[in-house]
Parts: sequence; C-alpha cells; structure tokens
Amino acid sequence: MFRRLLNLARSRRLALALTILLGWAGGLLIILQAWFLSRVVNGVFLGQQTLEAVFPILEILLIILMLRAASTWGAELSANAVALRVKSDLRARLMQHLAALGPAFTQGEKTGELAASAIEGVEALDAYFSQYLPQVALAAFIPLSILLLVFHLDPLTGVVFLLTAPLIPLFMYLIGKTGETLTRRQWETLSRLSAYFLDVLQGLTTLKLLGQSRNQAMDIQKASNRFRDVTLNVMRVTFLLALALELLATLSTAVVAVEIGLRLLYAKMSFQQALFILVLAPDFYLPLRLLGQRFHAGMSGVTAARRIFEILDMPLSSVIASSVATTAQRACGKQSSVISTQFDIYFENVSFSYPSRHLPALSDISFHIRDGQLTALVGATGAGKSTLASLLLRFVAPSAGEISVDGRSLNAILPEGWRAQIGWVPQMPYLFNDTLSANLRLAKPDASDNDLIQACQRADLHDFILSLPEGYGTRIGERGARLSGGQVQRLALARAFLRDAPLLVLDEPTSSLDPAQESRLYQAVHELMRGRTTLVIAHRLSTVFQADQIVVLDAGRLVETGKHADLLQRNGPYTKLVTATDHLSPNTAH
Amino acid sequence: MTAFRRLLAFVLPFWGWVLAATALGALTVGASVGLLATSAYLISAAALHPSIAALQVAIVGVRFFGLSRGVSRYLERLTSHSTTFRLLGRMRVWFYRAIEPLAPARLIGGRSGDLLARAIADIETLENFYVRVLAPPLVAVVVIVGMALFMRAFDPALAAVLLAFLLLIGLGLTLLTLGLGRSPGRTLVESRARLRADLVDGLQGLPDLLAYGGVEAHLRRVQSAEMDLHRAQRKMAHISALQSALNSLLTNLGVWLALALAVTLVSAGKIDGMYLAVIILAAMASFEAVQGLPQASQFLESNLQAARRLFEIMDAAPAVVDHPAPLPLPRDIAISVRGLCFSYPALTPHPSPKGRGVRGEGSVLQNITFDLPTGKHLAILGPNGAGKSTLVNLLLRFWDFSAGEITLGGNDIRQYEQEAVRGCFSVVSQNTFLFNDTLAVNLRLAKSDATGGELARAVEQAQLSTFIASLPQGLATFVGERGLQISGGERQRVAIARALLKDAPIFLCDEPTANLDTLTERQIIATLHCLMEGRTVLWITHRLVGLERMDEILVMDQGRILQRGRHAELVKAEGLYRQMWEIQNQVMW
Repeated sequence: MFRRLLNLARSRRLALALTILLGWAGGLLIILQAWFLSRVVNGVFLGQQTLEAVFPILEILLIILMLRAASTWGAELSANAVALRVKSDLRARLMQHLAALGPAFTQGEKTGELAASAIEGVEALDAYFSQYLPQVALAAFIPLSILLLVFHLDPLTGVVFLLTAPLIPLFMYLIGKTGETLTRRQWETLSRLSAYFLDVLQGLTTLKLLGQSRNQAMDIQKASNRFRDVTLNVMRVTFLLALALELLATLSTAVVAVEIGLRLLYAKMSFQQALFILVLAPDFYLPLRLLGQRFHAGMSGVTAARRIFEILDMPLSSVIASSVATTAQRACGKQSSVISTQFDIYFENVSFSYPSRHLPALSDISFHIRDGQLTALVGATGAGKSTLASLLLRFVAPSAGEISVDGRSLNAILPEGWRAQIGWVPQMPYLFNDTLSANLRLAKPDASDNDLIQACQRADLHDFILSLPEGYGTRIGERGARLSGGQVQRLALARAFLRDAPLLVLDEPTSSLDPAQESRLYQAVHELMRGRTTLVIAHRLSTVFQADQIVVLDAGRLVETGKHADLLQRNGPYTKLVTATDHLSPNTAH
Repeated sequence: MTAFRRLLAFVLPFWGWVLAATALGALTVGASVGLLATSAYLISAAALHPSIAALQVAIVGVRFFGLSRGVSRYLERLTSHSTTFRLLGRMRVWFYRAIEPLAPARLIGGRSGDLLARAIADIETLENFYVRVLAPPLVAVVVIVGMALFMRAFDPALAAVLLAFLLLIGLGLTLLTLGLGRSPGRTLVESRARLRADLVDGLQGLPDLLAYGGVEAHLRRVQSAEMDLHRAQRKMAHISALQSALNSLLTNLGVWLALALAVTLVSAGKIDGMYLAVIILAAMASFEAVQGLPQASQFLESNLQAARRLFEIMDAAPAVVDHPAPLPLPRDIAISVRGLCFSYPALTPHPSPKGRGVRGEGSVLQNITFDLPTGKHLAILGPNGAGKSTLVNLLLRFWDFSAGEITLGGNDIRQYEQEAVRGCFSVVSQNTFLFNDTLAVNLRLAKSDATGGELARAVEQAQLSTFIASLPQGLATFVGERGLQISGGERQRVAIARALLKDAPIFLCDEPTANLDTLTERQIIATLHCLMEGRTVLWITHRLVGLERMDEILVMDQGRILQRGRHAELVKAEGLYRQMWEIQNQVMW
C-alpha cells in the first residue's frame, strides 16, 4: 500500500526530495540558532559582554531566522506542488476507469459515494503527500542530526534522548492503532446520528400528518446526549494516549534540565553547552510530535487511497471497454470501427447476470431484429427489457452467447463506432448542468442552430423552448430551470432526431395522461421510428399493433415472438399482458 | 457579523464550561512557558555554583511543569469537547424546533432533500466553532496578558516588545491571512462545487454520454473544472506558505529583539544576568499561544457560512399560523369549499413545486367549489399540474389560501388549530415515507398507544399480514433507509394500516397508486375499496382506475374544475374525462 502510494509521487520525486531537504535545512538552522543564542547569553551572563560585543553574533542570528522563514516557505510550496500533481493524475485515472467500467457499474453503486471518492477521497491524499510523507522523513532526519551533535557534546543527555525518542513512535503507533478504530467508531456514531436526524427532517410532513412532529424534539435531544456520552468515552482513550505522549516529551525535557543543572553545579559542564542542550531539547521532540499530529491525516489518506485503488482495480472484463480505456486494451481487442449499412441483428443464446445479483437478468435469449423493421419488446416490470436494450447499446456485454450484426460479432466492432449508428431514446434522459442547446448537441456536437431548431420542431419542443426567457441558451439540469416529465422525454426525442442514426433504440414514454400533449408526443415518436431499424420497449397498444415483430419477455426469458394478431390467437402470456388493463375497468365503454 | 453574534448568543448558556476550558488551555501553554523558564533558571543558577539546596525549588518547579502540561491538556480537551457536544445537541433541537412549523410549505421543491442534508452537514461543521474558532483566541488573550505581566516584572520595554509581536501574529497575521484568503477561498468552494456537479453529471449521465459518444468531451470538461480548482488551491497554498514563513519570521524576530533588549538591560545593570536565559526561553515558549491563530482563522469563515445558511432556513416565516383563539372541533366534519382561489407567492427563495418557476405565472387554483358531506366518496381527477396537490395542501393547512372559503363542520378551517385539522384526516399519499426503524415503530406513529390487537387488526385490514408473516422478524423487521428495503406496494399497505390506526373521520387518498405497476395498483385499489365502505373519502388521482364507485368526480385541469359527475356520465360526455379514458386504454402496462 505504502509503495503504491509512493509510486503516485514518482513523477514529482524531485519536488518531494526538495520538500524534505528544505525541512531538514530548517532543522539544521534551528541547531545553529540554538548554538549562537547560547553563545550570546553565555557571553552576556557570565562573560559580562555588552551589546556591542555580541552584536556580530546577533547579526548572524538575524540571517539565520530569515533563512528559516525562507526554508519554511519553500518547503510548503514544493509540498503543495507534489500534492497537486498526484491529485490530478489520480483523478484523471479514476475518471477514465469509471467511464470504462460503464453504466452497469456506476448506476449500481451510489453515485454520491463514487463522486465523494473522486473529490474528498482524492483531496484526502493532499495532506498525505504534503504533510504526512515529508514529516515521516523529517521525524527521522532532524532528531538524528540533533542526537549526533548532542552525543558529541554530552553523552549523558544523548542517552536520555536516545532512550526516550523511540518511545514516541511507539506511543504514536498505539495512538494510531487504537485511535484508528476508535475514530472510526466515533464517525459511525456520528453518521448514525446524522442519518437519524436527516430521517426525521425528511419525514417531517409524515410526522405532521400523524400529529407526532412536536414530540420529536425530545427524541433528538436524547439521541444527541447519547451520542455525546458514547463519543466522549471513545475520545477519552485517545486523549489518554496523547497525554502519555505529551508527558514523555515534557518530562524528558525536565529530566534533561535537572540532569544538566546538577552537572553544571558540580562544574562538570559549561553553561553555554547546558543552555544549548536545553534550548534544543524541545526541538528534538518536536518533529516526532508533529508526525503524531499528522498521523491522522496520513491515515485518512491511506483509507481514501484504499477505496480509490479498489475502484481502479475493478476489472473491465464483464463490461465493454469504451474509447477511454487504455490503448493496450484496445490493441488486444483488434476491433474495427467499420460497420455495414445492413442492420440484421441476431441475438444467439444470450445471457446476462449483474455481478451483484444471484438470478440472471436474461437467460438464453435468441431472436432476430430485421433490417428496417420495428421490433417491440414487451413484458412486466423487471422482465429484462432494459437489460436487453443495454446489451444492444453495449453498455454491458453478454455473459454467454453472442450478438451479431450482418454476420459479424458485435465484439469485433469498436463500441464507439457501433454506438455512432444508434439513436437512443431513454425514458428519462439525463439533463446535464448546462444550456438546453448544449444538452441537445450531445447528440451531434457540430449541429448548426438550424439543425437544433428543426429537431426540436419535430419533437414538439421548439415552442416551449422559445417561451423560456433565454430560449436555447437557458440553463437546465439540477441547478437550472426544471423541465416537466413530458418535456424531458421530448428532449430525448429531439436528440434522436438530431443524431438521425439508422438504428433506433427507444424506451417508449409512458403516457403523461395530459391529452393536449399526448397525441403530439405520440406522433413525434412514430415519425422518429419511420424508416429506421427500431428496437422499442413498448408501452402502447398502437405501437405493438404496428410492430413487425413482438418479443415477449418474462423473468429474463423469451416466452413468445410474433405479430400482434398471431400472438393474440395463441392466447398465451402476451394475451394475458394485454388484457390486464381491461380487467381493471370492467365496464369499458367502447 | 450578525451570524457571529447569534452563534455567540448560542454559546452563552455554557459560559461556565467555556471558562473552564479556556483556563485549562491557558494552563497548558503556561506549563510550557513555566517548564522552559524554570529550567533556564535552574541551569543559570547552577552555573553560579551555589549549594544544592538553593536549587531545590527550581528542581521541584521543573518537575511540576513537566507533569502539569500533559495533565492540563488532557483536561482541556475533555472539557472543550464536552462543551462542543452540548452545543451541537442544543443546536439540533433548536434547528428542529425552528424548522418544524415550516414544513412542508417552506421546504417544498425537488431539492428539499439536498437542503436538509446540507443543513445537517452545516451543523456538523459548527462542531469546530468552539474548539477551533472560539477557544484559541480566548486562550491566547489569557496567555498574552499573563506574559506581559511576567515580562513587566523585569522591564516594561521588554513587556512591550513581546506584547507587540504576540499581537502582530495573533491579530495582524490572522487578519492578513483572513483578508488574503477570502476571495481565493470563495473561488475554491465554487470550483469544488463545479467539479462535483460535473463529476456527478458524468457518473449519472454516463449512459447518455456513452450512447452519444460524449465521454471524451465530458472528461475534458471535468479536467478543466479540476484545473480551476487546482489554480485556486495553488493560490491558497501560496497564502498558506506566506503565512507560515511570516509566522516563523515574526516569532524569531520577536525573540531576537527581546534578546537584544535584554542584553542592553543586563549590561546596564537593570536586570540580573541570571535571568537572561529565563526571559529568552519564556518568550520563545509563549508564542505557542498565537502561532495557531492565523491558520485557525479559516475555520471562522466556513463556520460563519454554515451558520448563515442555517439561519436563512430557520428565519423563513411559517406559511401557516394558528388562530389565537382556536375553536374546538365539531362532531360532524363535512367539508365545504366555496370559490377557492390560490397562487403560490411570487418567487420565494425556494422554487415552487414542480418547477413552475419556468412558466411561473397565474393562479394554481381558480374558483373551486365543491362539498364533501359525511359518508360520501368524492374523487378529484386531473393530469399532472392540474392543482390537485395544492388543493390537498390547503385542506391539510400546509398553506393558507388567498380568496374563497373552506369550511370544516360549518366553520372556517382557519379557526381551528392546524394539528386539530390534520387530526381529521387519515392520509394515504403517493410517496409514503417510512422511517429507518422497525415496521412496528412505523405503524405506531399513527397511534402511539395502540394495543397489539389494534395493530394486528389494522395489518389484517391493510392485507399486510401475509407479508409480515413471511418476514422472519415480523413486525420487528427494519424497513431500511426511507423504507426502501420493502417494495412500493408494501409501503403503500403500511400507509393504509397507519391510516386505519389513526382512524380519522376523513380518508384522504392522494394518488395512492401513482408509483406502482398496474398489477400492484389493482390490488391496492381493491384493498382500499373494501375499506371505503362507511367512511368519508376524498380520492385524488390522475389515473382513471376504480372511479366507478365514486359518488362524484371532479375533473380538474390548470386550476379549474372542468367537469363533474359520475363515471358513467363522464365517460359518455365529450371532454377531458373521455380523452383521458381513451389514452389510458392505449397504455398497456
């Protein structure tokens, strides 16, 4: 883990080395400062020197303190350069990998959690590289430098330092070990409290309807108190360990002070030496204590990195590598982007299972989508219709079986090239935080304004867009204007008109039951389907009437295929599906 | 600044705790100063070779300070964290009390979930308010005063130099950092928000991006957002490096000046040379009290922002206020609506429901008139945006209406307490919210003192008993976050059981099957039909399912009632009802 993290900083080795070097130089300057300081005090106190006499040394001290400030400044800047580079490299890799893993992965995970990994997770590495990592080196270099010097001057103090110093990393290790589990527990209780609080706030309307809303304040107080008690108990342990660490450092200083004081008394040592050692004593422990303080930053960096590496290590095997996957993957695939104009698509014994689920989403599906024809998929919720569309769009690859087009396996074609032939109309297209025209141009980046207007006219969206204050330049998405369900569906249609692709995959909009809009939406959908090879997830009778072929799915299996009239005659699963609605309203008027 | 003052007012009741924590914090720094000062005294005195007895006091002092630092630090951390958690607990309750009257009218809109999650994160941010914002300056003030007094014992000029440099860091450098960091800090927050929005866009919109070949372009967009973030971070790093360098420079310069001054004082015979080391080492140690302040100042900004957002939510005026002298509820609760008009107040900070902001005009309800006598079944049908939910909100007193009249049992609905009015309705709505607790707890919300028998009967009537029997833990089963562990149909049945437990005079079904598939819809409606007998029912829907049993159907569109009558008549007449009927028969599943 450590090595893998270190590897991330490889391209910024020099900056990392510079950070450590400058930090070390700062440490050496502290030693020099202590040395000259003790000389001044010694000279004035015991040597009765005046200001003029010690002024040259004071001048040297002035230079030293400026150099110290400069080394601090430089070390921080170069540390930041390392961290920035690592973060942007890692974020780029993470994004590319997530894109390559595709919707099958990202939709299953909580997108909030993934975004947090890419933002807070990567940010957590900042402190790891800019603070923790350099401090690991400095915690060795600076105390060692001081130790060597002190041993040379006064072996007894050297022994005190040598004996106490290793105890500090030991305590830190203990704090780290227990602290890690304890902080995790503390965070768990906090997030549980927050989740409870959020739950109550979100359910406020329900509580009001049930007349319970005013009692909740007491419960919140109680939960907060419980949290306080638990957390303080947890923290007490960490605080106690920190107490031990602090005691170790201050008591060692005290021991050194008494020990050199007594030897001074018996004239076994000079005052200047004694003062020098005393001034240095806190600085001997400081880098070690700083490491202790930054240990937490280091740990959270490691935790975040673990999650990021986990995502990066996710194999791409069960999904289709997209254009952003590594070139190596592309090379070994030997895929071509050449596609015929014939769209005879065969599904042969195709099965698919989602990694997180036991039951296969589709099993042993075989059928044929004929060029230029309309194929309708029907079935209850969860029958596997969307998965089948995902397979055709190559968001996922079959776990078994094969899809081929015009005699060629789909695997032999580059996914981007394949998708370039497809117009896709989902039930709920995603709206990006951007303008309407940018959202439309996704389908055709080089579309002219005229193209946009035409597509929107055909999708019956143009008049609505013109009614907006900023027209096509209106921002939509989460932070912009909000569109109604019907408008979003028509935006998806407009995208497909704009793309004007020969193959169409369409999740037919379920009705909004707004009669004024309904018939126009319906017309737009049918205009879009005309002249294209279409796979439609059908929700309307008029669509299945028209279909050249209906494919009936049930629980991941293909149960029937045929035309509407033939299927009705068979009186099988299809008939049951179609007549379900009629049962709902026994007195159908017409 | 008002946000700061309000936060301070919030801390005030805990002044005893604050005082104790501040004293302990000052003692911690004081112990360091004491340790170095007594140590310096010890070796200075020893250098003059007195008898060992003369050093005894100094040795005891060194040991005492060596021990006391750790102990006072430990106690300080305990008290300050305890203070923090007390503060947070009070803040949660306070926030809840403030927000409770606002729901749902002032919290409506698609992003209310985000709003609340944000509020919770803000409250957590305020965890830092005491420990990192309030305590360090308080401790610094105590230490600075103490140090000035200590140095004055030697010489006033010495005290002045030290005081000046302590203030230069504690106040000057802090203000400088705060001032320099304000604008890049804001850019930092904004660019991080943009990066997050783009990232989430990329993850949630990945199917669209893949299908339309937009992945590469979007990745470039993310990268450019990231570059902006890094530019802001680099700027912040420069400020931070400058701050550290100045911090080090000022500290050492202060010590240097103190040294030079003390040397002249010793030469002039004003100070005994024995105290030279004491003065210098004490001065060095005292800077610990202020060195952290410039960096801690960044917490001030984030805390104030969090507080401002919270205050903004809480300061909204409630949409509905209780009558000062409310009437008791009468026996007979017939509803009568006459000439009711309503429009949402023009562009409040929160978007009005369903993004009407886009079109943003006109009244939502116009001249609505109807009666719901006791025991009758009334349906209100209309497409999305017809104004049905608004009507429900008015009946439940979540909003107040502008013109017209709603009476309950003959009196204006506004003359009763809101809670009393809501007590008249058993509601089954489309989005049943279940709390992340057990089924039993969720059911008992409707009647906290329900007996086991009552619970069982409600479960039985809601046709939930088979499902509960199939669960290994029965009613003690946890339903998960927002009840998502159980299916939509079962969630609606839990809502029905709740409505039965509450057993209010009016059964209000507000799109009870809107999010269900046709099969489940059929089953839920069958259950509801059984329960409707003998009850007063208001049935709100956009689906023409099960309307044959209604005594009257009102057909609404765009805030008006277009048609009224029974199913058999409406389906024959030319009009919206007939059109909707035809469309619905087109859709298979």
